[in-house]
Amino acid sequence: MVLAFAFGIVCRLIKSELAIPRDLYTSLSIYLLFALGLKGGVELSHSEWKELLWPAIATIVIGCITPISSYLTLRHLGRFSIADAAGIAAHYGSVSAVTFIATEKFVLANLGEGSVAPFMPTLLTLLEIPGIQIALAIGVLGLAKSNVTKETASGTPASVSSKRSMGAIWHELLTARSMVLLVGGMVIGIIVGYDGFASVKPFFDKGEWMFKGALTLFLLEMGLVAGSRLSDLRHAGIFLIIFGIVMPIMHGALGVYLGSLAGLDAGSCTVLGAMAASASYIAAPPAVRMTLPEANPTFYLTAALAITFPFNLLFGIPLYFRMALAIVAT
Amino acid sequence: MNTHNLTLLVIIAEALLKDRLIHSIRDAGAKGFTITEAAGEGSRQRRVGELLGDNIKIEVIVNREIAERILVVLQQDYFPHFAVIAYLSDVQVVREEKYV
Repeated sequence: MVLAFAFGIVCRLIKSELAIPRDLYTSLSIYLLFALGLKGGVELSHSEWKELLWPAIATIVIGCITPISSYLTLRHLGRFSIADAAGIAAHYGSVSAVTFIATEKFVLANLGEGSVAPFMPTLLTLLEIPGIQIALAIGVLGLAKSNVTKETASGTPASVSSKRSMGAIWHELLTARSMVLLVGGMVIGIIVGYDGFASVKPFFDKGEWMFKGALTLFLLEMGLVAGSRLSDLRHAGIFLIIFGIVMPIMHGALGVYLGSLAGLDAGSCTVLGAMAASASYIAAPPAVRMTLPEANPTFYLTAALAITFPFNLLFGIPLYFRMALAIVAT
Repeated sequence: MNTHNLTLLVIIAEALLKDRLIHSIRDAGAKGFTITEAAGEGSRQRRVGELLGDNIKIEVIVNREIAERILVVLQQDYFPHFAVIAYLSDVQVVREEKYV
């Protein structure tokens, strides 16, 4: 399946006119997210809530640390502007659902059925929000502060971003497509349970051909998009490329470690590590564009899509898997 | 036929801004508008696009005063950071009361 992603990049490199229609892309992402939520909900319907407690706390801690570590690295080591650093940090603080699915598949292929805790999709939804929120808050507050100093100095008006209320941002994030689909699917899954799910299992189950096929097509599209972003790497600069590789490794290690502290098994630790390491490209880009319009989209989209996503897919996931095996075994 | 002169304001913007723009246009006092999908390239070259949708073209027929009011809002809140263009032209309509 990684080959489909690589194929997408190749198509762009040889300048093929191949393009996946946007409507299909949207349909595929709706299908994948909803299936993910649904299956997660079904699994939740028969698992113990207290099993979930510590992993959930670990996830929220990760969600709070990753945007801050990303922001500080970008701002102080990379010398990015406040808006750019916060914009990129929002992407790295959030999580990529496709990376999640790919990791889960990788672990299941290596350790067999049942090696990933059933509540992992719940953690995915928990990790989605705080990262974006914290990074946006840093950005908006940081800009407001620097604008006050600028205004007193030169009398120029404050930027538009500070005008958007926190309430509007919250509403946007909580009602974003990915969030609604995951949570909605989960609620339905919990209600219908195993018996209800059985009737739609061939269509929605992660182990079935339908889901795998859709994921493969989606990865092809991701490859196409990443491929068309490759030329932007030149503008991104060497620092961002290094950041897009080193930051995921650090966050991945953090995720695996906190996962093991929370009592997760090696498979689930791998998934949590990959979640911490991944950068969002479905929920984060519109949120950042609307709230921090000063941030340059080339930076955050290129970093998340053309650097970190392929890195995780090819090297990151096996690496987090090794880390998890090493930590959990000892 | 009895026609009236009004102003057609055309805004072409990244699709992401749709809801915000509608809000701004309504706030300024426009009674209606038409939105179509659009594609193209401008001085900014790229938009968040790709994953989020291309451009939209919003057409609003209003009187000169409201058109300028909308332009002021665009100038303050949109032009500095977003991919947006806007232009005015004169149009003739029947049933003026529908628009203003």
